Amino acid sequence: MKKEILSGNEAIARGFADAGGRFAASYPGTPGTEVLEELCRLQGIHAEWSINEKAALEAALGGSLSGVRSMASMKHVGVNAAADPLMTASYTGVNAGLVLMAADDPGMFSSQNEQDTRHFARMAKIPCLEPSDSQEALDFTGLALELSEQFDTPVILRTTTRISHSRSVVEVSKAAAVRPRAFKKNIRKYVMLPAYARERHKAIEKRLLKLKRWAEKASINQIIRGDGGLKQVDRLGIIASGISFQYVREAFPEASILKLGMTWPLPEQMIREFADSVRKLAVVEELDPFIEDAVRAMGVRVDFGKNVLPLTGELTPGIVFGGISGRRENKSKTPIAGIPERPPNLCAGCSHRGLFVVLSKMKTFVSGDIGCYTLGALEPFSAIHSVLCMGASVTMAHGISTGLKLRGIKQKPVAVIGDSTFLHSGITGLINLAYNGGDAIVVIMNNDTTGMTGGQEHPGTGRNARKEQAPRVDIMGLCRACGLRAREIDAYDIRSLEALFREEMAASGPVVFVSNQPCALRYRLAKKPLEIDAEKCTGCLKCLKAGCIGLKVESKTGRRYVSVDKLICSGCGICARLCKADAFVEA
Amino acid sequence: MTGADIVVAGVGGQGILLAGRVIAEAALAYGFDVKQSEVHGMAQRGGSVVSHVRFGEKVFSPVIEPGCCDLLIGFEPVEAIRNIHFLKKGGKLVCNTRKISSLAALPASEESPLDAEKILYSRLPDALLIDGASLAAEAGDPRALNFVLLGAVAVFLPIPCSRLEAVIKKSFSGKTLEINLKALKMGRNFKK
Repeated sequence: MKKEILSGNEAIARGFADAGGRFAASYPGTPGTEVLEELCRLQGIHAEWSINEKAALEAALGGSLSGVRSMASMKHVGVNAAADPLMTASYTGVNAGLVLMAADDPGMFSSQNEQDTRHFARMAKIPCLEPSDSQEALDFTGLALELSEQFDTPVILRTTTRISHSRSVVEVSKAAAVRPRAFKKNIRKYVMLPAYARERHKAIEKRLLKLKRWAEKASINQIIRGDGGLKQVDRLGIIASGISFQYVREAFPEASILKLGMTWPLPEQMIREFADSVRKLAVVEELDPFIEDAVRAMGVRVDFGKNVLPLTGELTPGIVFGGISGRRENKSKTPIAGIPERPPNLCAGCSHRGLFVVLSKMKTFVSGDIGCYTLGALEPFSAIHSVLCMGASVTMAHGISTGLKLRGIKQKPVAVIGDSTFLHSGITGLINLAYNGGDAIVVIMNNDTTGMTGGQEHPGTGRNARKEQAPRVDIMGLCRACGLRAREIDAYDIRSLEALFREEMAASGPVVFVSNQPCALRYRLAKKPLEIDAEKCTGCLKCLKAGCIGLKVESKTGRRYVSVDKLICSGCGICARLCKADAFVEA
Repeated sequence: MTGADIVVAGVGGQGILLAGRVIAEAALAYGFDVKQSEVHGMAQRGGSVVSHVRFGEKVFSPVIEPGCCDLLIGFEPVEAIRNIHFLKKGGKLVCNTRKISSLAALPASEESPLDAEKILYSRLPDALLIDGASLAAEAGDPRALNFVLLGAVAVFLPIPCSRLEAVIKKSFSGKTLEINLKALKMGRNFKK
């Protein structure tokens, strides 16, 4: 068999294709984005970027009902948006297999929280599978589709950043031929009006019991007996799943491990027997004590769990070893102190920069949203004052404007949102703002892509996931259709933009600003780089307000001046517009 | 067969992930089990980027522990310092000398410029510091920095350099391939 190195996300896509998956829907979100991107490269699959995760899951359920194996993939916070259909899709069950792939982000490499998706599985009373490497990511995706059909349930396939974005060796197998299932109406199963839903609730409780019995015998839940080489850890038993399993193998090669491939529902009998066979029991898991609480609720004693391991962030083999053995980490293994941080920042040439240069001069409250423009909260701009979740910039600005009005405070808040996020859930908030008389300036930074996740298409770009032409949403027209005024802005022209803000701040009534400058990273918009005439530069450092890493402070001749890194500069000219000495020239 | 644990560190956009992947593919082709850990997302926007590559007979964790790394490949000297605690005793460091300024460093940089090379040498007297950016430009493209560095570290890898070359040949073609192979050779021939 052919061996390949695949990321967990790529492996999930291959596993879906190999198991005869046909319909896949997703909304981009780190660390889950690449599942759909990989599916777009494969033949015979309809892969689409949905407008949001709720739409993705509902569409995937529709795909399942039509008789083809389907999947919705998303990041952990996307499951919140999809929670509404999820809770009732558990009741309706499926026709062909349906998988919800959810990628958690312990350590928050690129997220606003580190919620634990496994709780959703318990709440929805559906199975949750957790692969521990790319091979399992591939295998478990096929298994999830089979389980889904066997038990008539959606199945959650849960990864974490280290599973989704780690790459490991996978044996690639051949795709199985899977026949579509019959497409039939079934009103009592698929129409969840109360009388039918009551019947279904009983059915899913029975289903959960059946799944528990399956879990006891499932080969994905397995006991790996340690060699017991070291006396002090002899007969230490550890329950682990996902990436934690790999950390445990690394930290305690001689311990016995109960590796759970399915973390909901749990194999109670297996856990009891395992606990009885070891002297000390540990449960090792990232984030919440999900397994640990359930094991304790069985009346089984847990010696090591969240009493010695952190509730926040990622684990490592070192943290696992230190927590359970009680031995401290060596000090020489900690980073050198005092190294300047390197926070992420806006790309050279990004149009968001002009907006934040202007907003940083305003006194008003700016509610931000999820996307590259979140970076406007950082130095030197400090121009974003709240970021909550997808779409909240608009709704929160509405609430703030209403509250300020009630208090008699004259201030017009600003909302900043990107095109993809606006279509995801900003538009509902904008209708709400218009309808309820909110008074804010809503800025839509339409850069013609989903930027932060690496440049995916959306209904505003006019191209679908496979880059084919698709109907294009007219964002300005959409705002006007809500009954609002919409004005186009040029975010690079910071003087005019400031004047426009001041004009609208003084006026009454809401307005939408739309910037239509494309993403500098995705569309590689390099103009000629700029240069600084060192003679003319007064060293006032006003240009650094542009917050661009293309600018460097020099002090070679005992005099302070700024230079431009030609490899980084894209010639957008925002720094030059901040210069009072006219020191910037075209290179 | 003894494998290696390698940390590749630099700034988003420098080609760190690609360098890690080339080593991983070469290790797989040479018969090793391989695991790699990458962090995407916010890091793309000029932030710190780290890629861990582990290969050996059997690899469990995709993440390398501090104090356990055989080879640190620094694409940027400050990022090398940030990750130097990953190196084990006797571990090797190969680092590009060209600094990339960071926003947070800007206001302070005029008062106390961090002498990165001095710090690296004081910790690791046998560190191989190389002006990879200039060599890459000489090879034909400043973006070929990752191949210059791969060439320079080849001598420390338990994989023959020809395996790296084979992966590069499989992944590129035409003018880019020519430049990348030239960069690899220049890195390999670099002497302190």
